[in-house]
Amino acid sequence: MNIRIDNLSKWYATQAAVDQISFEVKTGEILGFLGPNGAGKSTTMKMITGYLGIGDGDIFIDDRSVRQFADSLKRHIGYLPENNPLYLDMAVMDYLRFSAELQGVARPMADGRVREMIRLCGLNAEKHKNIGELSKGYRQRVGLAQAMIHDPEILILDEPTTGLDPNQIVDIRKLIRELGKAKTVILSTHILPEVEATCDRILIINKGQIVANGTAETLSQQARGQEVLKARIEDGDPGSIAAALRGLPSVILVVPAEASRFEIQGVLNGSAKREIFHLCASKGWVLTELIPVETRLEDIFRNLTLN
Amino acid sequence: MHAIWIITKRELASFFDSLIAYIMLVLFLGFSGFFTWLYGSNIFFSGQASLESFFNVAYWTLFFFIPALTMRSLAEEKKTGTIELLLTKAVTDRQLVLGKFLSTLLLVAIALLFTLPYVITVSCLGNLDSGQVICGYAGLILMCAAYIGIGVYASSLTANQIVAFLAALFIGLFFHIIFGVLAAGFTGTTGAVFSFLSLSDHFQSMSRGILDSRDVLYFLSLTFTGLFLAEFSLTKRNF
Repeated sequence: MNIRIDNLSKWYATQAAVDQISFEVKTGEILGFLGPNGAGKSTTMKMITGYLGIGDGDIFIDDRSVRQFADSLKRHIGYLPENNPLYLDMAVMDYLRFSAELQGVARPMADGRVREMIRLCGLNAEKHKNIGELSKGYRQRVGLAQAMIHDPEILILDEPTTGLDPNQIVDIRKLIRELGKAKTVILSTHILPEVEATCDRILIINKGQIVANGTAETLSQQARGQEVLKARIEDGDPGSIAAALRGLPSVILVVPAEASRFEIQGVLNGSAKREIFHLCASKGWVLTELIPVETRLEDIFRNLTLN
Repeated sequence: MHAIWIITKRELASFFDSLIAYIMLVLFLGFSGFFTWLYGSNIFFSGQASLESFFNVAYWTLFFFIPALTMRSLAEEKKTGTIELLLTKAVTDRQLVLGKFLSTLLLVAIALLFTLPYVITVSCLGNLDSGQVICGYAGLILMCAAYIGIGVYASSLTANQIVAFLAALFIGLFFHIIFGVLAAGFTGTTGAVFSFLSLSDHFQSMSRGILDSRDVLYFLSLTFTGLFLAEFSLTKRNF
């Protein structure tokens, strides 16, 4: 199912939590929702799930408005809220069965779904324990299991990996990636490597507005706009190498570093790699390293949200 | 409809799992049994086989017990955030409120079921008016429904169970005594309005065996008002 968000706004008193955002998520896509605390991530997610009323604008799920059909659309959405609230006095099995019943999973299927989720989320050893007795990581798995119990087409996961240990994080990411092939997934997180590892597309919001939207690569390109290369050129005088590099039409800036290394910044939307190679070849210099410098997502995130 | 029943079942199970149900049953039966059979103007003083004194005791014990049962219904869900999980499943606000209401009403009904031995005992002592007994029990159930409605509403206002308990008791106190006292102090229309609002007047007539549609209507409208307000206060998050 496709999700289309159209000029969505939400006001708390006089403060805009979400301010006219629009984006789309398609089936089979995993969207990473990034932003500092209080940027409006959770509010947006809650509006998609139908828990919070829509302020202005609208959300369309397969062209059906959440404003009008929230109740019937809930069946198609699996939701893991922030902080993963659960009934601590219920046993894992009972809770999953309860969730399945509420989501309208037919009784003959329900037991099968519960078993399937227990297997998928690795809860077999804990299935008869009360949720209150489980560690945070296992509770998170229960939260994921209840979100997916009715095999929803859409998964909304608000910080799905908080509180998990590194092994569990890898497992959960793998799970999300697998599920994401056939479903529409929106996940929010603070952990930047997580989005790079799991998401097809990244959406950064700040103060209720979208500040970036694209894949990790396009975002780093947008952030820099220009190619940055690290080159090591040997068998020549560093001063004349730098001067020759500066003379290339596709190069804007050359910063010499120690041990015959140079940081080279290219022109907008161009590449200096070939020219550098030909220059070295014609002058008899030896090009031993040529590394494109990638802008880390952390830098992009900080640039876009720190103002 | 199905969703209401699923929630009701879970709530009832959680009442029994958390011992609340057992404590409530023991205390209710203990209190009402003590005051009905052993202490004060107990059942033997009236000189006739009647359960009226039991109904009057239950009228007071249930008044205190019901806020204790309803206080956690929505307040706890709000505090732990589980309300978000429920309402993002295929459950509407109304179904949630009705599920909570129904589970508490069922628990109270179970408690009242345990007082059936009183009926059997008294009917052995003399000629018991069965119409009065049925009417009295119906009155108790209706009164409970009204207070559960108020209690669920109070619980919907806050995430703090103590506040929910006190608020329910405070609102209930008006219907339980204050309107009655005010009715006695006023004459004319004001007096009549207060007298109509006073729950005790409606209950007294039912416990004496008088079935009047106005009394039934009074309890039902109080119940629905409470439930409607509870639903309304849940939907407030949307604005």
